[in-house]
Formats: sequence, C-alpha cells, structure tokens
Amino acid sequence: MSLKSLDPRITREGLPEEPDNTPVENIHHWTTFEVFHQTKKGDRHIHVGSVHAPNHEMAYILAKEQFARRADCVSLWIVKTSDVYQTNYRDEDMYENNQEKMYREAGGYKVMERINKYRKEHSK
Amino acid sequence: MYGGGYIFEETKNGERTVEDPKRLEDFEARIQAGEKIEPMDWMPAEYRKQLIRMIEQHAHSEIIGALPEGTWITRAPGFRRKLALMAKVQDEVGHAQLLYSAAETLGKPREMMINDLITGKSKYSNVFNYPAVTWADTAVIAWLIDAGAIINQVANSKGSYGPYCRALERICMEESFHLKYGHDNVVFLATGTPKQREMVQDALNRWWKPIMHFFGPSDKISVHTETLMRWKVKMASNDDMRQKFLDMYVPKIWELGLSIPDQKLKKNEDTGIWDYTEPDWEEFKRVINGDGPCNKERLAVRRRAEEKGEWVRKALMRNAEEYTIPLS
Repeated sequence: MSLKSLDPRITREGLPEEPDNTPVENIHHWTTFEVFHQTKKGDRHIHVGSVHAPNHEMAYILAKEQFARRADCVSLWIVKTSDVYQTNYRDEDMYENNQEKMYREAGGYKVMERINKYRKEHSK
Repeated sequence: MYGGGYIFEETKNGERTVEDPKRLEDFEARIQAGEKIEPMDWMPAEYRKQLIRMIEQHAHSEIIGALPEGTWITRAPGFRRKLALMAKVQDEVGHAQLLYSAAETLGKPREMMINDLITGKSKYSNVFNYPAVTWADTAVIAWLIDAGAIINQVANSKGSYGPYCRALERICMEESFHLKYGHDNVVFLATGTPKQREMVQDALNRWWKPIMHFFGPSDKISVHTETLMRWKVKMASNDDMRQKFLDMYVPKIWELGLSIPDQKLKKNEDTGIWDYTEPDWEEFKRVINGDGPCNKERLAVRRRAEEKGEWVRKALMRNAEEYTIPLS
C-alpha cells in the first residue's frame, strides 16, 4: 500500500505508508560561503548571511535566489567562510583605546586663543 | 511562516551542566543590559542546547509549512494567484535556509538537522500536520497562521541571540506580504458567492482548532520557563501570544460575517481577556508525536525530495572542501 494524499501528484509518487526512520545516507556537507549585498551603486556591500555550496558559482546562484530575490540589488560578493579572518570577542579589549587621544582629533587643536593673544600683543 | 508552541526540552535533575558562576553572571548581565550574544561568545550549555532546538524547530516548520500550501500551486484559481502562491512558498523555504544558518552558528550542521527532521527526531509546528482540503484552506493558512507566526516572530526578534534576531528581522519583513495576500484571499471568498462564503467558512471551521493549538499549551511557570525567559530565549508566554492573536484577529474575522466555531469565545470587557473553550491538549500531544492526519505524508514527501536531490549534491561534491560553520 502506498500513501494516499489529497494532492494527486503526491499519491502518484507511491510513497510508503509506514514512516521510514532510517537516517539519510551519505550526508553531503557542502562548505559555506558568506554573502555581501549591495542595494545600489555607490553603496557599501553589506554582509547579509551565508549559503551552503560546493563552489563559488553555485554559491552565487543560491545567494542570488536567497538574498536578491526581493530586495533591490546591483551586486553580490561571495566569500568562502574559511577565508574570512576574524577576531574573537574574547579579545575585544585589544580594541580599547587610550582615552587621552585628543592629539588625533580635530577638536584637540585650539589655535584661536594663541592667535588672539598674539594679535593683542602685536597690535599696539 | 512558523508555528509557535516550541517544544523546549525539560532538563532532568542532575543533567544540568554546572556553569562557572562568574561567567554566568557576566552573561546574564549582558542579556539584562540588552546586548546580543554572538556565536563566538561564551554561553551556558543549556542556552546553546535550547536555542539549537528552538531555531531548528522553527526552520523545519518553514520547510514543512511550505507543503500544505505548495500542493495548491498547480491548482491555484488564476495566474496571478498562482504567481503569488509560488512567491510565498519560495519565501518560506528561503526562511528555512536563513534559520538553519542561524542554528548552525551554535554548532549543529545543517545536514544533521535535516536528518533529524526526516527521521522524526526533531519536531516542527503541529499545524502543518493538518491538510489543506480546499483552496480556501490555503487562504486561511496564509492569513491566520502567518498572522500567528508574525506575533511570535516579532516577539522573538527581540531575543538575545544575534544571528536568530537578524534572521527574524528579515523574515518578518517578508511575512508582511504573506499576511496581506492571505487576507486578500479570505476577503475575496467571504465577499463572493454563497458557495465561496461556504468554502471559506468550512476552512475556518477546520482550521480553528489548529490555530488555537498554534501557540502551544499554557505554560506553567516552572523554573525552566523562568530561566529561558531570563535568558531571552523565550520572549512571551504561550497564553499571552494567544490573547494577542485573538485580540487582533477575531474582530477582523467577525467583520467579514464569518463565525468562529467556539460558543465560549468572548472578550471579557472588564479584564480585556478573551474567554475560550480550552483546546484539546491531548490531541495536540497525540498529533505532535506522529498521529496526525498528515504527519506521515509530510515526512515521506520531505524524504523523497532529499532522495531525489541526492545525485545532484553528490555530483557537485568536492571532497577536498571542508564544511565550515557560517559566521553569523
């Protein structure tokens, strides 16, 4: 006996009536690729997610379907996940800055006071 | 589209991993402060386990949820509806991919999740074990099941796990079309010929029970639920979400002159809380454990798709490529 469905196409498949609990054989693990999406020319590419694929071309096809299906898109970048060099949040403290860095801010340079003093002294 | 009423795993006494109290304290403080947890961050074993389970069930629900509606693509009344239904079903499958990726960042490979789905080890939303008998059923599903899903997903998108929240934000954006599309279909039938009205009323009668089951049984306030809520894994109680759904959608159903098959359904004007006949939770349990009208068909169809696609995956396989966990 095969499975009877309300959908004639499923009935025609001749699926077994009793559930088959055997695991899927030969699980194929493709690698993963990260996808960067650009909404319009001139914008930055933004990371939007990842896809599983055997190579860049397939990754592109899947990424286009997944991330450019609805939103505006002019370009996608595909990068193999293992090629991304990333730092760990555990090492977050290495980005901590010395608070005393006014010497590299525009606001750290105040010249008017000196100019005014100079002009006052020399205008006599 | 996704079904609520996640089945969280009860942790038995003695099974719980003892966590480093200092790390746990920092972790909870971060969540309290509204920070997101990212894949590389430290997290309690229990947090990881429950999140994998929840996101995986959500992903499976998207895949299996595409089946009852998908069977109507070839029989959609008219070209425009056929296009719209194809687009919706494609969105659902796309949502599953986003969610599988989010779950993968926690350490469970996608193929393993698919295997657990096909062998019946993992659950998916119970509503998809019921059949879409007529075209009107697809209209009711697209409107009301998606409406329930949006309530659930909007709540969960404010949760604590970064990759899941980001996936949900994208999903919710896409779901808004599903909801409008479903409402449009229901309104078309409800304002149509007597035969069309009868069709949509029948479908609503069939789907009311699964809809009430949708958010899951009343959650008892257990230590378990409390922890999951503190960790922002579970964002709202099942009853709160059900009340929110009733509040938003019952008036919209009544406005079309449709009736809801529950004599007790009524909003208590003093408390603002809806009274309803308690859904049959025994049936819910029975169906989720395999004994529903479509459980066998859903899994058999999914398995057949996996088998049919195997040669393609194999032909493209490069053994030198090693699987890498996606970034976020």
